[in-house]
Amino acid sequence: MTEFFKNNWWKLLGVLLVLYSIIAGLLIDVPDLPVIRQSIRNLFFHVVMWFSMMVMFGTSLVRSLRYLSSFDLKHDVVAIESVNVGLFFGILGIITGMIWANFTWGAPWVNDPQLNGAALTILAYFAYLVLRRSIDEENKRARIAAVYNIFAFVMLVVFIGILPRLAQGSLHPGKGGSPMTVTNLDSMMRMVFYPAIIGWILIGFWITGIRVKMATIRQHLDNPE
Amino acid sequence: MLLTEIKFLILKDIKLEFKQRYAINGILLYVVSTIFVSYLSFVRIIEPATWNSLFWIIMLFAAVNAVSKSFVQESTSRQLYYYTIASPQAIIISKILYNFMLMGVLSLLCFVVFTALMGSFVENYPLFISALLLGSFGFASSLTMISAIASRTNNNFALMAILSFPVVMPILLILMKVSSAALDVGTLSGNMKYLGALFMLNAVVIALSFVLFPYLWRD
Repeated sequence: MTEFFKNNWWKLLGVLLVLYSIIAGLLIDVPDLPVIRQSIRNLFFHVVMWFSMMVMFGTSLVRSLRYLSSFDLKHDVVAIESVNVGLFFGILGIITGMIWANFTWGAPWVNDPQLNGAALTILAYFAYLVLRRSIDEENKRARIAAVYNIFAFVMLVVFIGILPRLAQGSLHPGKGGSPMTVTNLDSMMRMVFYPAIIGWILIGFWITGIRVKMATIRQHLDNPE
Repeated sequence: MLLTEIKFLILKDIKLEFKQRYAINGILLYVVSTIFVSYLSFVRIIEPATWNSLFWIIMLFAAVNAVSKSFVQESTSRQLYYYTIASPQAIIISKILYNFMLMGVLSLLCFVVFTALMGSFVENYPLFISALLLGSFGFASSLTMISAIASRTNNNFALMAILSFPVVMPILLILMKVSSAALDVGTLSGNMKYLGALFMLNAVVIALSFVLFPYLWRD
């Protein structure tokens, strides 16, 4: 039993933090800002999804780099499963964002550099999945996919980090001259926001771990020797 | 050593092109007929914004078509022979430079034909031409690496489009912004921020290609 907790405490922590962020996120007092109003609570869910996606894609990048330096297929399995989980977070981020945009900006999709950048990032990673499907040989697939993965991550930095700052105006806070960034976030909200990020990232690592195990078992079943 | 290798590889590509007249003629015809089709369907463009987007969309597809041939034009065995006598870095750099020349010719021709048929809205020619040249360089550098990736897969041409659009999109977005300024009252000095960003983006992509290409070619 103690052995079990020693190895799995972080999964429990992840679940507790996410539960806390959902309950506290809906109950605490939030500043009543014009236009945003109570929908500001979506910060605990929408923004957190993007942080988790970035961490998942970052993990995938590190594993791809390690694959190229060691040619060990176990890094490749983690790289692809991290991308799968990262895409899941990205799609959730887009859905929560569309719901939020519908309330505050009046339409689910507006022509905003941040939105377009996020959509293009997700397209780039879907292209990564298609690329993997089109190569049969295992080692070749891992090597070429790793090269494209590094490209895709650099493009993600450009899309999310550089292009929105070059653009004249963005509806997103903190970009292109709009006020209110995370730095002057209400201190009460920060008490929910940061734990929510950590919780969702832990959950993401947990899902990745399970998916890696599944992929490894499937590989062994396909070629048993 | 690397420089002489690059020089000879580029000369080889140019000689091959003049002998075969296959890629360049095909792609020139492609550009001219695309512009003619859009001329027949639009007849007259009234808004500069439409002119701008149509021009860059034609450029994008022409670039994808032109560069996608760079690693499938020659047979696998002959490419293997190149890898035994030249370093992979020399091969990718020479391909990027060769594609830059190809794209430079292509974009200038595209601009001339487009202007002849559709009329021109360009106010600031130095700015527009510098956008065109930096754009050719950007398309060449990013698409060369993607075509190398796509050439290693089973369905090369479909993947070329899928893989290249996300990578080319930042370059295209900045280009459209600069060129729409060139159609209006924009100045060269006022758009240095964008041209600088474009240049940096190209530098990053070339550095990545230089480091990563050696992992691609061997089997």
